[in-house]
Amino acid sequence: MERPLTQHIHPDGTTRTLREYVTTGGYHCLQRLAGLPPKDVQRLVTDAGLRGRGGGGFLTGAKWSFVPMGADAAKPKYIVANGDEMEPGTFKDRVLIEGDPHGLIEGMILAGYAIEAEIGYIFLRGEYHLSARRLTEAIAEAYAAGYLGTPLPGTGFRFDLHLHASAGRYICGEETALINALEGKRAVPRAKPPFPQTVGLWGKPTVVQNVETLYNIPHIVNHGSDWYRRLSRTQDGGTKIYGISGRVTNPGWWELPLGTTAREVLERYAGGVADGVRFRGLLPGGISTAFMTEEHLDLPLDFSSIPPEVGRLGTATMIVLDDHTCPVGFVLNLEKFFTRESCGWCTPCREGLPWVARILMSFEEGRATSDDLSLLKMHTKWLAPGHTFCGLAPGAMAPLQSALKYFHDDFERHITTGGCPWSKKSAQQRVLV
Amino acid sequence: MLSEVERQELEEAVKHYPDKRGAAIDALLLIQRRRGWISDETLHEIAQFLEITPEDLDSVATFYNLIFRKPVGRHVAFVCDSISCWIKGCEQVQEQIKTLYGADFGQTSPDGRLTVLPIACLGHCERAPAVLIDQDVYGDVTPEKVEQIVEKYK
Repeated sequence: MERPLTQHIHPDGTTRTLREYVTTGGYHCLQRLAGLPPKDVQRLVTDAGLRGRGGGGFLTGAKWSFVPMGADAAKPKYIVANGDEMEPGTFKDRVLIEGDPHGLIEGMILAGYAIEAEIGYIFLRGEYHLSARRLTEAIAEAYAAGYLGTPLPGTGFRFDLHLHASAGRYICGEETALINALEGKRAVPRAKPPFPQTVGLWGKPTVVQNVETLYNIPHIVNHGSDWYRRLSRTQDGGTKIYGISGRVTNPGWWELPLGTTAREVLERYAGGVADGVRFRGLLPGGISTAFMTEEHLDLPLDFSSIPPEVGRLGTATMIVLDDHTCPVGFVLNLEKFFTRESCGWCTPCREGLPWVARILMSFEEGRATSDDLSLLKMHTKWLAPGHTFCGLAPGAMAPLQSALKYFHDDFERHITTGGCPWSKKSAQQRVLV
Repeated sequence: MLSEVERQELEEAVKHYPDKRGAAIDALLLIQRRRGWISDETLHEIAQFLEITPEDLDSVATFYNLIFRKPVGRHVAFVCDSISCWIKGCEQVQEQIKTLYGADFGQTSPDGRLTVLPIACLGHCERAPAVLIDQDVYGDVTPEKVEQIVEKYK
């Protein structure tokens, strides 16, 4: 089984230097870009079927196709790596950056070349201090070696790269909020259209891409789109970093063919749920995705095989709900997170999410009635896509709506027993709203 | 007033952006690293350097949770309270910190040593629960390990 993204990452947690990266083929394709015009790089990536690994699953080739090209296009154009990995349960980008920082730099150079963007920013969440140190060193190495800041052989294309360490807030992961943050402003999302590909950073054409997505690009350029498609088990190309956390025997991450099932990750790689607990469900990729239960475990985890009525892949880093954990308390934790991280710009999100959190709290404290179940259901409709300025609140409703469906009896038990049947632990959650 | 070293650091930060304002967040973080927090006076000094109004800069400073507009202790402990850490007992870890150092979320220990804050998922979910102290992340934290970890930070 091929693991192009992670095969060279040191198991002891140390980073890979420029010398090591070059020894395993790193930066080699930059030498032959003279025979590979930007349009050809775009075509390779489009044919490879690379989809955005940050959760959206948008086709990278399609995203690039909206960028104005040629001499008349606005200058400069920007390519931005979204390393604001704050989706709870998600830690894949950190693994890549800490283990192999040069892979991100090469991916950004190639993506920049493909859309003729000469300036890149790596937007890194502020808490990733080790990643920041390793990227700073790697960027300096790449400048010294002439991969950055110097025209690439035979192309006249010169790429400059900057690292931006952020100062917190989950909403920075939303691409237009991220752009505002990079400009030194509050990270409030912007209205779309215009889309960043035409009007982005400082009003210039900008492409924002997830870190893991960018790591794939050098491998596509080196080995071709057919090879890349064969890595996958399904119609979406490539491998995926799957992760799992919660009460499982061996929590961790594995690079596997796209389309691996949740059952394989859970049972074969993570060793199943921990001793003494039973599986009840999982969130397949961060907390903005809907619960999957036993009946969904054999679905291929990719961007096309999960039916919309079941949910979506998200970041592919799963969080397991076991029978020793209260599903209502679990969802309360998620909604508290979304409440705290709402940017406050639009009313449904700013006011609706705290309301949801307070209602869930009333279940844990034994004050809930069946009316509260109706109120929760009402919120899942009124905070759904189309009612809010960005995707934060709709994302917050995905786990709630599915929990109301799959764990309805557990919500009812909170009403009939007048409190949380699990423990007083859940009832201690404070709602900071 | 900004010291010469501080001014040089800000000049370096500005080079990464097409305008001074672009460096607003970097500037706040850089000066905070030296001064611990962003007082009103500090805010005015940075705003003057960036050539924006203090009110504008304050709207930025108060938006981001890693920028402190109130004094903090000599060290800051961020306890992840997101879902994977909650399942694995972050509340007991936070309780233990409170018991040992007398600081609840949002508070500083009476000796000025440690400020304790909740933080969004630290991205170390495979080693939950996780705690970030200053720039160091600790995974698989249990209430029993808290004292041993925090004792490194005087």
